[in-house]
Amino acid sequence: MDDLASLIAGFQVALSWHNIGFMAVGVILGIIVGVLPGLGGPNGVAILLPLTFGMDPTSAIILLSSIYWGALFGGAITSILFNIPGEAWSVATTFDGYPMAVQGKAAEALTAAFTASFIGALSGVVLITFVAPLVAQFALRFGPAEFFAVFLLTFCSFIGMGRENRAKIIASLCIGFLLAAVGLDSISGDLRMTFGSTELMRGFDFLIVVIGLFGVSEILLTVEEGLVFKGKQAKIDLMVVLRTWAGLPRYWATLLRSAIVGMWMGVTPGGAIAASFMGYGLAKRFSKRGKNFGKGEIEGVLAPETAAHAAGTSALLPMLALGIPGSATAAVLLGGLLVWGLQPGPMLFVEQKDFVWGLIASMYLGNLAGLVIVLATVPLFAAIMRIPFSFVAPVILIVCAIGAYTISNSIFDIWLMLIFGVVGYVFKKLDYPLAPLILALVLGDRAEDAFRQALLGSGGSLGIFWANGLVATLVVLALLLLCWGPAGDAIAALRGRSRQDPETAEATR
Amino acid sequence: MKQQWLAATAILAAGIGQAAAWEPTKPIEIVVPFSAGGASDQMARTIQGIIQKQQLTKQPIIVVNKPAAGGAEGMLDIQKSAGDAHKLITTSSGIFMTPMATKLALNWTDYTPVAMLAQDSFLLWVNAKSPYKNAGDLMAAAKSASPAMKIGGTSSKREDNLLVFAMEKQGGTKFAYIPYTSGGQASTQLSGGHVEATTNNPAEDLANWRGGATRPLCVFAEQKMAYTEKVADGQSWADIPTCASQGLNVSYQMLRGMFMPGKVSKDQQAFYVDLFKKVSETPEWKEYLARNALAADYRDGEAFVSFLKADEQKHEKLMTDAGFMAK
Repeated sequence: MDDLASLIAGFQVALSWHNIGFMAVGVILGIIVGVLPGLGGPNGVAILLPLTFGMDPTSAIILLSSIYWGALFGGAITSILFNIPGEAWSVATTFDGYPMAVQGKAAEALTAAFTASFIGALSGVVLITFVAPLVAQFALRFGPAEFFAVFLLTFCSFIGMGRENRAKIIASLCIGFLLAAVGLDSISGDLRMTFGSTELMRGFDFLIVVIGLFGVSEILLTVEEGLVFKGKQAKIDLMVVLRTWAGLPRYWATLLRSAIVGMWMGVTPGGAIAASFMGYGLAKRFSKRGKNFGKGEIEGVLAPETAAHAAGTSALLPMLALGIPGSATAAVLLGGLLVWGLQPGPMLFVEQKDFVWGLIASMYLGNLAGLVIVLATVPLFAAIMRIPFSFVAPVILIVCAIGAYTISNSIFDIWLMLIFGVVGYVFKKLDYPLAPLILALVLGDRAEDAFRQALLGSGGSLGIFWANGLVATLVVLALLLLCWGPAGDAIAALRGRSRQDPETAEATR
Repeated sequence: MKQQWLAATAILAAGIGQAAAWEPTKPIEIVVPFSAGGASDQMARTIQGIIQKQQLTKQPIIVVNKPAAGGAEGMLDIQKSAGDAHKLITTSSGIFMTPMATKLALNWTDYTPVAMLAQDSFLLWVNAKSPYKNAGDLMAAAKSASPAMKIGGTSSKREDNLLVFAMEKQGGTKFAYIPYTSGGQASTQLSGGHVEATTNNPAEDLANWRGGATRPLCVFAEQKMAYTEKVADGQSWADIPTCASQGLNVSYQMLRGMFMPGKVSKDQQAFYVDLFKKVSETPEWKEYLARNALAADYRDGEAFVSFLKADEQKHEKLMTDAGFMAK
């Protein structure tokens, strides 16, 4: 109850006129930053950080976190309209969001994505509000073995739950692991597979790979099909928003499942990326319409967005309570806290009550402001779909190239982006799924680090992955998910039913 | 009114005339060769804040993290930016160790030294609930531990790894050194009981010490630290005994400073030397040093260069002894 009183006091801080103004400005800036690939949330926050030094810390964090919410919302826009995820956690949104846009349902997809983001973020904030101290304690139980188990769970759920050809999923995963291994090996401190090249030393930045695999390859495919962009008759008015909302309660199970997965992954801290893929994978398996996933199913947009945002928001909790940034943007915010003279950590909740509860209150209000603003702009964004593709394509390509270049100011990265564009095109032509590759690229080296840290500590004994209830549960769950798909197939085969209709193989496209 | 305006312009013009012969003409980028949130990053962001708050430059300061390959990404970036006087890089002992451990063609003599700002200490930390009262207890327990006792630190073949190696040599025992990506992560793992100890800098474990999750046993230095203000548990940094006094004769400190790319003019170098001298004299900087228990040690010019030369030799010996040199 003490917390509730603090929260109400927090709302009083956040609800002043100038703080509401900062919220609106922050959200709009964030959307702009989120729409431009490569610029992204962390850079946007970093650029504006110095402006806030003169402000009082509470207003400053409200402005900066609003940019973060705006960027989170904005990331979905390019994923759906152009198949270019602005951040790693928007990758799963492209699977069904882009097909929907192609079918002329861009406005529905955007509405669904924004609403799902809001629901996800809201569940994360509620979690922060009520169980902050407990959750912070729980996160401490995660050592290397537990981290590895979480990553294993994500990989296994992807193989086990995927409906594509499993050999192809595994092949795609393996290529991702291979790419993730390039660069400095943090356990031995040696460079690996760089072949003496200083460019390869950085390893493969997932954003460059993603821009190439998704954005550039999509343009190649469209060019091949004669520059016809199929999303011409996007119907755009407020009625679409209301109609989409009316349909949402039907998917309560998916929303709830994704929110729980997201909060769990945000706190544990498996992260928003793993959460979005897992939310998508689980929805695909358990939804009645699972076999339509990948062809423009609204549930395929709702599931990853809810999970990613629940995780992204919950990830601020370890940042505040333990001083560990859960994402790049959280890391920049952490820098801001230090400049304002606030030391994140367990004492922040005790010593800086006004600040913490002001921030939490602003999370509720900032997300609400974000939802209103993005929904109001849906018609504007959907209108982009009516511009002839022959005009839009070069612009997208240029924006992609700028995005790839700005990540580390390297021309080499633009070549890399183009190479991955061709790779993505070949993958799509041969029906290899791209998502496992990205998943392995993003989480592969973290999984490897955790695995080797765990074995260093146990003196090489694999028993560490059984050593306590938490890690054992995670590992068992991972193995169950891994076997789920093949076992289901086997049972179906035994019953003499036809295994799959051949069309689902198309779903990866 | 008009006269006032003219007078103001005249003062402004005079002001510009008196300033250094060179001034930055576009935003200044501070490259941090470590990830956001780490000690180097905190220092860079503090400096950014001080410079902007005190309006020490007319151009804004941008902090850019280039952490890949153990900081080599940031160092290569500075190497490539020879002649660019709008770039700075924060440095630590990594400026010697990264080239030694990776055989990359990097050498601090290719850069322009600006100023040394402080020296950072290393402490031996344990979980608050740990039974060890001093370094002697820990070393005795390590001898009989199986599997080997776990000590966490940042990165492989770097400062923390060197320290743990020195502890092994001193105590005639073996540890399982677990490299994490940051000191903050190592500290969290320590407070969760996943490692027995860490060799973190004061700043990296400060929050958890104050939160009652970890506590320091001793400092790896010949003398105790200078700060006498109470921090946690009714203890100040100055109350922490040296490891040598507990029978663990290991001492190690790390420089924190600023470099520019090579091939910049004397005027450009002088501008930044002057800038950091001013920063080092601000109350905010002193407060930052105290908060992070950094030893104030400002040096520029020849004093900085001779320090670097001696420090490089020391590290070459340590790295060779530990077998961390790339072959």
